[in-house]
Amino acid sequence: MARARAEALHVAPSSTPIVMIGLAVAAMLLMAFLNVAKSGNLLNETNLLYASLIFYSGAGALYLGFGVTGAESYVKFASLATWAGLLANTGAVAHRWYEAGHPPFASIYEMLLSFVWTLAVLTLIAEKKFGVKVIGTVTMPVAIVGVVLMQLLRTEVHPLVPALQSTWLHVHVTLAMLAYAACALSFALAMMFLIKDKVETQTFLAATSLCTAGIYLAVLTRFEKGGGLNVVGWNAEQKSEMFMAKGMRLYVTIPDLGWLMLLVLAAVTVPLGLYALARWKKNEAFLAVANRAVFLSLLLQVLATAFFVLRAKDGQYGSLDAEGLFATSLAASPFILSGLVGGVFLSLMYLLLLWRRTDLERLLPDSDALDRITYKTIAIAFPLLTLMIAAGAYWANRTWGSYWSWDPKETWAAITWLVYAGYLHMRITRGWRGRRAAYFAILGFAVVMFTFFGVTYLLPGLHAYA
Amino acid sequence: MASTLHTAGSKIWQTLASIKTGVVLLILTVIVAAAGTVILQRPNTEADEMQAAYSPQILRLLDATRLTDVYHAWWFVLLLFLVSCSIIAASIERFPNAWRFYSRPYKRPDESFRKALRVQALVPVRDEDEGLAAAERTLKASGLKPETLIGFEHASLFAEKNRMAEMAVFIVHTSLLLIFLGGIVDALFAWHSSIDLTQGQQSAQLQLKSGALKTLPFAIRCDAAGRENYPDGSPKKWWSKLAVVENGRDVLTKEITVNDPLVYQGVRFYQSSFGSNGKVDKLTLNAHPNQGADPAKPVAMGQGETVAIDADTTVQFAQFIPDYVVSDGQVYTRSAQAENPAAHLIVTSLKTGKRVNVWIPPIEGFDQTAESPYRFDVQDLKMGYFTGLQVSHEPGQWAVWGGVLLMGVGLGFVFYLSHVRFWVMPVRDARGHTQLWVGGMANRNRDAFEQRFGDVVEKIKLELEAGAADVEQEVSALAGD
Repeated sequence: MARARAEALHVAPSSTPIVMIGLAVAAMLLMAFLNVAKSGNLLNETNLLYASLIFYSGAGALYLGFGVTGAESYVKFASLATWAGLLANTGAVAHRWYEAGHPPFASIYEMLLSFVWTLAVLTLIAEKKFGVKVIGTVTMPVAIVGVVLMQLLRTEVHPLVPALQSTWLHVHVTLAMLAYAACALSFALAMMFLIKDKVETQTFLAATSLCTAGIYLAVLTRFEKGGGLNVVGWNAEQKSEMFMAKGMRLYVTIPDLGWLMLLVLAAVTVPLGLYALARWKKNEAFLAVANRAVFLSLLLQVLATAFFVLRAKDGQYGSLDAEGLFATSLAASPFILSGLVGGVFLSLMYLLLLWRRTDLERLLPDSDALDRITYKTIAIAFPLLTLMIAAGAYWANRTWGSYWSWDPKETWAAITWLVYAGYLHMRITRGWRGRRAAYFAILGFAVVMFTFFGVTYLLPGLHAYA
Repeated sequence: MASTLHTAGSKIWQTLASIKTGVVLLILTVIVAAAGTVILQRPNTEADEMQAAYSPQILRLLDATRLTDVYHAWWFVLLLFLVSCSIIAASIERFPNAWRFYSRPYKRPDESFRKALRVQALVPVRDEDEGLAAAERTLKASGLKPETLIGFEHASLFAEKNRMAEMAVFIVHTSLLLIFLGGIVDALFAWHSSIDLTQGQQSAQLQLKSGALKTLPFAIRCDAAGRENYPDGSPKKWWSKLAVVENGRDVLTKEITVNDPLVYQGVRFYQSSFGSNGKVDKLTLNAHPNQGADPAKPVAMGQGETVAIDADTTVQFAQFIPDYVVSDGQVYTRSAQAENPAAHLIVTSLKTGKRVNVWIPPIEGFDQTAESPYRFDVQDLKMGYFTGLQVSHEPGQWAVWGGVLLMGVGLGFVFYLSHVRFWVMPVRDARGHTQLWVGGMANRNRDAFEQRFGDVVEKIKLELEAGAADVEQEVSALAGD
């Protein structure tokens, strides 16, 4: 009896946040419903997306709560919220599919829609089948970011140009989404392995700093003399990017934003410098400063993101290439936006690790199991990657008359494939396990990210659609 | 001398077959392939763009090292060739062992094997035959086909599943080589071209991307072409009706669309674009007499044609301006697209020889409709168009698709097929009691296998107990008699 009471007492404080989150979700749903009642149409895509955002946010908060306190009851409610969000998300996908008459893979908005859906499904699978309960702490925030990005990007159904009207395209993109989601999962698992395997927190500090610096460096490739930042112009009437000539986008310059990005680049590089200093001077004091610098850089990143959103959302700016003012929109810069949001997210994850490492370690499965599941995920991702490339080649052959044309996206897909092939060979023939394998898995995902974002953003090519 | 040659040869072979060489070659390939996506490539870039991007010295250097066309450079081909050699050598080096393993499965475990095996269990039994029978029933029940091996001292059991999985790696490597082979064949023999055809036009001559001219043993003719648009004006579908003409006869006709090409003798015709050629196919007009109450007469003509309206009057379709603009007292066209069309007609009287210029629409300063015996209004304007076709011949692609299919199968085997083996053998422990030694091995997913192995051992024990219970029942029944 006494023990039961003690347990009840123990549970009571941890259930308060659950109730609060539940109330918050209910309140938001009520507000949404009131809004809908006014407009009269309940089950349209916007509302469904809004509902899935609410549920995913609730799930994210609960998973995070689990990550911080380790109380099992959070997970139950978190999966419940994920299920609800997935239901709404499925509705949104189905609605979109029905309205557009083709599976939702044609634009960056539709791809995000499908990606978030896949991510939610994989999260539930990883949790139920493999017992990696803490996975939602990583994937749900990504899903939330995805849904928020979708709210900002265009939602109109866009007709498919002739080259995209092919079943093979849908096969290709579905496989790509599945493969990339599996790669993302293997990355998350490899990171968890490293946490469980006692890799020092300062190593993660350096990695975080390096990644965010990389993001801002990539953004700053659009830096313009005089401190502006170049973004692609947006034709609001045609709902498409502005072109000067075939394949040549028209860039407009948002003044002063370049300086801000440069400042943030400096801020996110500082922790790396301090880390190097700490290693060199063997003085731990620098690390404490570095951690504070991460926090500061996070604030600056949020600021930069907010400024970027505000200024790029709607506005008329001059261009270096043509006379006059041209409009731009967030929809024209999905990659910059994802990069900035990704940077914020990365720094947040680091701070979570910094402040709650012991709790996190307690909650993770043992490192052997994580190592094994990482391998299993890659064993799923690799055949998917292979089939994705094959379907893409087949589609290209039917559309462009050549199955392989060394277009940058193709080349990088092949490189991704080779990297994972390398991982499998080292693991199977050389018996690479543990840290080396985990680093390899992380490298693989870095290449995936470059193929998905970097190639489209930095390198020109045929894959102009995605 | 011969022996040094031999050792040198075997050394090269060993180096080529080693995984280290393979990895180094793979890393090199990755680096070079990545470099090709960063440096502008000649095949996809205009010459002046290349000159704008790099300074002359650097461009010369890049050209000399073939870095401006990485994927067709001799050293890239050499690199891919070395990768192929490394795969072949590594496979050949490892194949005999694997084949021995595959073709002559190890069925009767000897003592050292029994000691070393990781997954094994001992089940106490009263009698060899009874134990083996129970094990056989259990293995059968779990979907295996155990075979009994008769030995000198005692029989033993062996059961396995998915032996094919041992060969999976070779399937994958073969498939990769098949894909490479297709690529090499296409690098040597493939050609690409594009051709524009107007309606009714026929051609057997192709200008290849490489610049050479090629004459096909047959001709291709465009019978019709068109586009369909979405309500917002963006293109929805481009199609062309094509006919293959061989020795003056139509041997094949097909309507192609963007994702659905026509294939004849390995030559593939793809729909790639569609556009107006800026010329008029047919202009249909109504001619209203300026005097008298005669009804309007329909007139239809192509560009440059002259048609008689009545006994005295003819009209000539003199000029067509697809996208007109008036400037400095002249009519110009801005583009070849029929965005803002104007037609120039000349109405001539045979008797008087008087020529009147009529413009539709009436462009001020040019149009003299007031002096013409007829007014015209446009009923229909059919533009001439061309269909843009891509033509390609890639004889190696069948090897590529074959390789892709084989790779799908091979990867399926590698990751999802586990070679599972069970051995059962009666042994005697130190005190002379008979025991059933059960061993198992799987080449992948070992944790799941250990679980399965445990289940099998448990079931053998249950089977033995059930057997023992039967015997006891029989004994008691006998005693009861």
